[in-house]
Amino acid sequence: MTIQTSLGRRGFLVSGAAVAGGFSLGFHLPFDESVAHAQAVKELNAWVVVHPDDKVVIRIARSEMGQGTLTGLCQLVAEELECDWNKVTWEYPTPGENLKRNRVWKNFSTGGSRGIRESQQYVREGGAIAREMLIAAAAKQWNVPAAECSAANSTITHKASGKTVTYGAVAAAAAGLEPPKEVKLKDPKDWKVAGKPLPRLDTVDKVTGKQIYGMDHTMPGMLVATVRACPVITGKLKSFDASKAEKMPGVKKIFAIDGDAVVVVADTYWRAKTALDAVTTEWNIGDLGKVSTETISEMLKEGLTAKEAFVGNKAGDAQKAIEGAAKKVEATYSFPYQHHVTMEPMNATALYTPDKCEVWCGTQNGEAALAAASEAAGLPIAKCEVYKLMLGGGFGRRGRSDYVRQAVLAAKEMPGTPIKLIWSREEDMTHCQYHPTTMAKMTAGLDAQGNLVGLHIRISGQSILASLLPQNLVNGMDPATFQGLMQSGVEATYGYDIPNLMVDHAMRNPHITAGFWRGVNVNQNAVYMECFMDELAAAAGQDPLAYRLKYLKPKWAAVLKAACDKAGYGKPLPEGRFHGISQVMGYGSYVAGVAEVSVSPDGQLKIHKITAATNPGHVVNPAQIERQVAGSFVYGLSAALYGEITVKDGAVEQTNFDSYNVMRIDEMPDVETVLVPTHDFWGGVGEPTIAVAAPAVLNAIAKATGKRVRNLPLANNDLKKGA
Amino acid sequence: MAVLNVNGKAVEYTAEPDTPLLWVLREQLGLTGTKYGCGIAQCGSCTVHIDGAPVRSCSIPVNAVGTQKVVTIEAIADNGVLNKIQKAWVALDVPQCGYCQSGMVMAATALLAAKPNPTDADIDEAMTNICRCGTYQQVRAAIHAAAKA
Ligand code: FES
Ligand code: FES
Repeated sequence: MTIQTSLGRRGFLVSGAAVAGGFSLGFHLPFDESVAHAQAVKELNAWVVVHPDDKVVIRIARSEMGQGTLTGLCQLVAEELECDWNKVTWEYPTPGENLKRNRVWKNFSTGGSRGIRESQQYVREGGAIAREMLIAAAAKQWNVPAAECSAANSTITHKASGKTVTYGAVAAAAAGLEPPKEVKLKDPKDWKVAGKPLPRLDTVDKVTGKQIYGMDHTMPGMLVATVRACPVITGKLKSFDASKAEKMPGVKKIFAIDGDAVVVVADTYWRAKTALDAVTTEWNIGDLGKVSTETISEMLKEGLTAKEAFVGNKAGDAQKAIEGAAKKVEATYSFPYQHHVTMEPMNATALYTPDKCEVWCGTQNGEAALAAASEAAGLPIAKCEVYKLMLGGGFGRRGRSDYVRQAVLAAKEMPGTPIKLIWSREEDMTHCQYHPTTMAKMTAGLDAQGNLVGLHIRISGQSILASLLPQNLVNGMDPATFQGLMQSGVEATYGYDIPNLMVDHAMRNPHITAGFWRGVNVNQNAVYMECFMDELAAAAGQDPLAYRLKYLKPKWAAVLKAACDKAGYGKPLPEGRFHGISQVMGYGSYVAGVAEVSVSPDGQLKIHKITAATNPGHVVNPAQIERQVAGSFVYGLSAALYGEITVKDGAVEQTNFDSYNVMRIDEMPDVETVLVPTHDFWGGVGEPTIAVAAPAVLNAIAKATGKRVRNLPLANNDLKKGA
Repeated sequence: MAVLNVNGKAVEYTAEPDTPLLWVLREQLGLTGTKYGCGIAQCGSCTVHIDGAPVRSCSIPVNAVGTQKVVTIEAIADNGVLNKIQKAWVALDVPQCGYCQSGMVMAATALLAAKPNPTDADIDEAMTNICRCGTYQQVRAAIHAAAKA
């Protein structure tokens, strides 16, 4: 295909005096490179820098948080660049530099599994343009037409004369050339680097302890702060008494920020934490003290039958079809608040002076972090900068910049001193934007043959947009609530063709902040739809797979069949073991799972095996997809088994891993991943699979025990025989 | 000023005696490979070896360490060459975000030292570290691979 380049003209070389370890260059070098060297080498374009020694530096705007986007994006650039993969290193451009350069790297936001699917086109163009410039420089040097030259493995060859030159030798000349206006991208069929199960670029430092995360950042003269915000989210600080804490060793300053939190700054974290424990606080929480999980549950229950609701998807006349049906099936499901629990608690380091504010942190959205820094500092954005560090997990949590704001506010109290603000795990657990809680009332009509003639899905519960981005509501409606049940769109489209359908949402928003949580609203909607589909199949006396296949559209059906074929669905299983199935489409990809479980008479669940199929369209790195799929089951099953945040007296009750349990290795099932790519679209892989984990297991449990679990987490349900 | 034996060297530090070893390593000695994940001995991110045994450094006060030998992830390689476990970790590309992996490598290294050929049940028992990215399948495979290496 020939495409117009979406990249602008080649930007000027970023240069400047090296201060603070070269950060003024606008690039954070993840490697131990000489800053002077980096300065001397001109970029070919925003994405590619080739050094005289042939080293290739690829710039990646999205954040690496374990999902492997860094390696995948580098593969795509390297593929078009035709460079030697062994010469590839990477660096992050800064959000400030992006703004200065008219957003040449486009979107920094890393969520919604969009790293590859939304940037593949322009990063591949970046690689292709750089390659053409290198070829042009060599051709010019040899005085031959560029069309007679070819590039492979970081070497340009002129076949007729037998001349060859490596990229490093012509990179400086190439950097001075005008970039081509059009480039031809390779057909994925011809890929040599992309599409291959290459190892990640960021592994070695993660097994030697060398990898620096936000938590590990340090600077000369840096102090460490820790914070206690009002335990009731949105509550305010009435007063605090720091008289005892002030006298404790290492304490530098104690103050309030934002009217809702107390900060202690000390020379070390442990001293700051110890002193904060000695600070007494009084909070103003008003009526929020009356809110509990029970009151929230009542609020949601009311919404299940409320008259008013936003319509998210509709076909025919569901109500009429259900009323006229031979059989009516009803069920109510619920899904709790959940926490992301990134392994690394929230933290950020900020340095404020009256004319500059800089932040070092792990963030899923560098540009949002920059905006938050600017707002908190009260400085124009051009006077602020964010340097991204490796994330110890993101899962949506680090898409929000509340911790960045706090770090800047703390630094503002001590101008000129770098302040690293660290949240304790307890602070992290109790101050999050949680996976929203919702309920769903499912009502279906079946005809005499068991065919599904009408379906009403009434969702009641919290909206993420209302909580975090109210400006994005559409006439009050949160379209994201319907993820997985939507009529169209690449994000998460409903796979069933049902003649009469109504999906609506009664929005009920408790004060607990809701937010994006890996997989987002696809997760609970898949539980509702995929478990209820099994209930309908049972009511119709039909097999769950056969029943689904009557209504599933082709791409959804194909991936489900692939998972079932691989798992041997329908064939005899060892005594006491049962299969449960589920499928969804989310983040551009089609996924399905088959869970093989057994439940002992005393109610012990064992998940023996998961077979998962994924159609991500194009496959950029199959090895990383397998890891994302296996990891998604850990994430999704941790939530299904244990994940529940409860509220008492207005505050979150869970404080650490002892009260918020997660899956460990002993519960990890064997996960087999089947890739069934159709090579006709670009889908994400970091999230979709999470949603199939819970329903597949719940469906298998129903077969094993006859018990239909409709309220998560599973830990709240007794699976014992007769219980 | 007090003294600890860390990674084969006597090192001096200044901290209240009840400060957890974790924070002395990270903040006084600059050994940031040992991670803070929970502070209550639940997650294993802070695992170090004390006289060869895996210990959660967030939950042992520094004054309880005495003259015992502390080894951290920074010194777990064999004379600068990645150890068996680290090699297997790289070969199987185990880490995702990597934050839990120092603790995983420390726990797995101790497991192999105690049981050169661990069974799956041994792994379940010894590897109680939390990984939120969900690398467990690769962790198990890498331990078996290292045992065979
Ligand atoms: S930080 Fe020590 S076990 Fe979690
Ligand atoms: S690799 Fe991210 S927590 Fe284990």
